[in-house]
Amino acid sequence: MEKKRKKKPGLFLTVLPLYVFTICFVVGPLLYMIALSFATNGNGSDTIWRFTLDNYKKIGEPVYLESFVQSFQLAITSTVLIMLMGYPFGYFMAKLSEKGKKRMMLLIMIPFWTSSLIRMYGWIIILQAKGVLNGILMKLGLIQEPLKILYSYPAVVVGMVYALLPFMILSVYSSVEKMDWSLVEAARDLGAGRARAFFDVTLKLTLPGLLTGVILTFIPSMGLFFIADILGGNKIVLVGNVIQDQVTRGSNWPFAAALAVVLMILTSLMIWLYRKITHVKDLEGFF
Amino acid sequence: MSETLLELRNIKKSFGTTDVLNGIGLSISRGEFITFLGASGCGKTTTLRIIAGLEKPDEGQVLLEGRDVTYLEPHQRDVNTVFQNYALFPHMNVEANVGYGLKIRKVPKEEIKKRVSDMLKLVQLDGYEKRMPSELSGGQKQRVAIARALINSPKLLLLDEPLGALDLKLRRAMQTELKRLQKKLGITFLYITHDQEEAINMSDRIVVMREGKFEQIGTPDEIYNCPKTSYVADFVGNANIIEGIVRQAGEEEILVETEGQIVKAVSDPGVQAGDKISLAVRRENMKVCGDCEEGLEAVLKDKSFQAGQLHMTLNLNSGKEITVSRYGMDAPLSQGQKVRISWEPQHAVPVDIRREA
Repeated sequence: MEKKRKKKPGLFLTVLPLYVFTICFVVGPLLYMIALSFATNGNGSDTIWRFTLDNYKKIGEPVYLESFVQSFQLAITSTVLIMLMGYPFGYFMAKLSEKGKKRMMLLIMIPFWTSSLIRMYGWIIILQAKGVLNGILMKLGLIQEPLKILYSYPAVVVGMVYALLPFMILSVYSSVEKMDWSLVEAARDLGAGRARAFFDVTLKLTLPGLLTGVILTFIPSMGLFFIADILGGNKIVLVGNVIQDQVTRGSNWPFAAALAVVLMILTSLMIWLYRKITHVKDLEGFF
Repeated sequence: MSETLLELRNIKKSFGTTDVLNGIGLSISRGEFITFLGASGCGKTTTLRIIAGLEKPDEGQVLLEGRDVTYLEPHQRDVNTVFQNYALFPHMNVEANVGYGLKIRKVPKEEIKKRVSDMLKLVQLDGYEKRMPSELSGGQKQRVAIARALINSPKLLLLDEPLGALDLKLRRAMQTELKRLQKKLGITFLYITHDQEEAINMSDRIVVMREGKFEQIGTPDEIYNCPKTSYVADFVGNANIIEGIVRQAGEEEILVETEGQIVKAVSDPGVQAGDKISLAVRRENMKVCGDCEEGLEAVLKDKSFQAGQLHMTLNLNSGKEITVSRYGMDAPLSQGQKVRISWEPQHAVPVDIRREA
């Protein structure tokens, strides 16, 4: 069947634009970036097309390694937090009435009408020393001195979680929505308590949604440099920030390309690992 | 029969403004095969879900072996269910599906394996342990669902239209199979169906449900041969319902006036002269005759031949439609012909007896 289908010329024509688009805007730039990462940096922003491994060697320097470690830490922290908040959110949202679902969906979408950059500036107003959060905490008498939240690691985590949570919520929601609840009833009928039935049936069957959510949050959280810039001050340097710095101020495009390639490989590795783990769990019935 | 296993006391349930169950009560004995028969929306599935604990009644009690289990959670009662759509766990293989109940009860792994294998043998699925539900046919899924419920040795097994999705031939085979299993294991079965044939073939007792109430409870024989209401007669026996007034009530026969004529019917202790009643006469018990002197006058409207049976649609003088079925094709009657319909008195059962006060 499949072979026959492939032979149809009409189908090829319909997917042709897709191929052209992918080659022009995904495969092409990717190959260019990989090539660039092996090129030599000239004076200014010139690139000399001479093969070298120096760019990759340079990544081994402590200051750059540090940024990788920090990026991963931040990405894992935010992704875990997003999972813990997003899963229940998406789950209960899927259990709302049709009207409730629509309303909730609207509430989630509204922030997207504003640029995420501007929304990050909003967080400055909330988190700064004389900001909304400190004001409330002090009025409640919980703290005497304003907390220094802005320009710290937690502030960046807050920004990341805030920016990426909707993606987790929506992908969990869509998989919980598709759940066949009679399976949960069957588990309960066979002797499982509420919690047991959730872990044995619901969680396992909605794992693909959770996985999609993780991928949709983990990858961006490695690269959203402007959040670290705005909410982290100069203290938090992520790979994204280093790359941005090398492209703009440092004017070292080949090195930036090498950083990007390594980041891409590491991210893919993480996702592969995560998939592997969840998939095994899926088949073997652990948990 | 023997001791009571399950008792329902005055169960009421409504969803929103719709009353689904209007105070039903019933006792089920241990080892019984009891069937709830009714059209869709009559409340039979809700009753089952209340017994399973998946739904809580608004009023009334469910007693299992004399213990009030009305508000216990599903996992706290010795009742298992075979769901309408099987509800097999798609991410577990057959072995894990069937062994799930035992795994929760922390039965040792080796024992689970052995009991699963025995149970699969019982439902004739040995060797299917490692298959995933998606690789099974409808009939096989059904067997897995039954095995998964039975392995827990429930006191009561609830079956919600378990054969609904199977084709006719498989359904018949599974009916026999289920009955065999029930006899062998001695487990009480509460079976739900809208198929009267299924109910009659398998049950010790049938409960006919209608609009959240029990219309009639009895053995298949009682339900089929002595329906109490026209609904039961029609739903279970495909009977024609003819309304009339009792003119004379005798020891064995009664005389009923209908369509301006007097017809005979079997006597019923509750019937007196002057009562308004309906007569239930099953399709196959009616005789259609082209040149008879006796019987109700009618006009043959339509003939059709289905599954070895000839179905004739006739109109009485009042315009009321009557369906008559008989085996074979040998009816030398043509459409539009004037005929007479008659029956043996014992085949006309008085139902819906109403007495003017």
